[in-house]
Amino acid sequence: MKKAIFTLTGAFVLAGMLSSSFAYADGPDWVPPIRDKLVKAECGACHLTYQPAFLPAKSWKKIMAGLDDHFGEDATLDKDAAQKIEAYLVTNSGRRKWNDSWGKPPIRITKLRWFVKEHRGEISRRAMKKAGTMTNCKACHLAAERGNYDDD
Amino acid sequence: MKKQNIIFAALFASLVMPLSMAMAASSPILDEIKKQAGGVEFSAERGKTLFSQKFTGGKPDTPSCTSCHGKSPQNTGKTRAGKAIAPMAVSKSPERYTDAKKVAKWFRRNCRTVLGRECTPTEKGDFLTYMMSQ
Ligand code: HEC
Ligand code: HEC
Ligand code: HEC
Repeated sequence: MKKAIFTLTGAFVLAGMLSSSFAYADGPDWVPPIRDKLVKAECGACHLTYQPAFLPAKSWKKIMAGLDDHFGEDATLDKDAAQKIEAYLVTNSGRRKWNDSWGKPPIRITKLRWFVKEHRGEISRRAMKKAGTMTNCKACHLAAERGNYDDD
Repeated sequence: MKKQNIIFAALFASLVMPLSMAMAASSPILDEIKKQAGGVEFSAERGKTLFSQKFTGGKPDTPSCTSCHGKSPQNTGKTRAGKAIAPMAVSKSPERYTDAKKVAKWFRRNCRTVLGRECTPTEKGDFLTYMMSQ
């Protein structure tokens, strides 16, 4: 029994590793959901809590360093919360490391090459109207909070 | 005599209770802000102006509190990323303005975003007084 559970966990971990390593080629159909309550509450107040596997560690560091002008808004946190959140995002970031010779680390998932490719020509006018903006993942991916993007 | 007493008590309650409830736009959070403001009287009318006024000192995408919270405190608002925000009026969202840390955090952020500076204690008190009257 114990062994069975262990194997099962192993399979999940492997699935997680595989899907996040795809994050820069094709879109992953699943990423590990966020388990941390603080991250969910603080980074989910204005939008879906984007899963850390979508961006490399350097991206999350850059985002956390710029919360005073976060895409045109002040999203500052107290120091203690900021440190905890950054640690979680970095630990669970995308597997592929950012190489500085590629330029500055991206801070938008919606500008990543796979993202643009996956969504190009796929969005109906009605779906876009309902979502309002591409950052509103949950309007189209109903199970986005669970990390599931394969539901449409 | 006893009956009279009861009637009197009922009358008293029906007259005084609503009055005191209307006056009690008060909460530990508001009391604390009042201390910081040096005891000035807060004004729901000024709070309403703060809520709907357009500012030029802050971030260009969000010139007003209503940019996200919507034109009426009674209604649901929406962030720029399309997420719904529960109404700001206490009558619609009774759980609001009860967590001092949350209130302080969002005043700090949203005043900087909209006005380009932090709000004064008087502005905060006016805003809360307005929302508690709504
Ligand atoms: C005060 C509101 C607010 C909070 C709090 C907030 N964000 Fe954002 N975030 C925004 C806005 C606004 C955008 C841009 C949305 C748009 O362009 O449609 C954004 C965009 C993003 C994006 C890029 C989305 C894309 O285009 O791919 C990431 C990543 C992000 N936020 C991460 C975070 C993290 C991490 C936290 C927690 C530390 C956080 N956000 C907290 C408002 C917020
Ligand atoms: C307006 C609707 C819409 C919005 C908003 C949207 N998507 Fe998508 N997304 C789609 C459609 C349609 C597809 C292509 C169909 C499919 O593969 O499921 C897709 C595909 C994907 C895929 C690939 C899924 C797979 O099975 O390989 C990922 C990952 C994804 N989206 C992530 C996101 C994220 C993250 C956001 C928010 C930052 C987002 N999407 C916002 C509609 C949307
Ligand atoms: C960029 C979008 C945006 C703007 C502009 C904005 N807010 Fe907010 N505000 C939010 C979000 C998101 C929350 C947190 C979500 C929630 O509490 O439902 C919030 C929460 C608050 C809270 C905390 C409420 C509570 O429940 O304790 C206060 C106070 C507040 N805002 C005041 C203001 C004031 C004052 C202005 C204008 C100077 C303003 N906001 C402008 C997005 C915004």
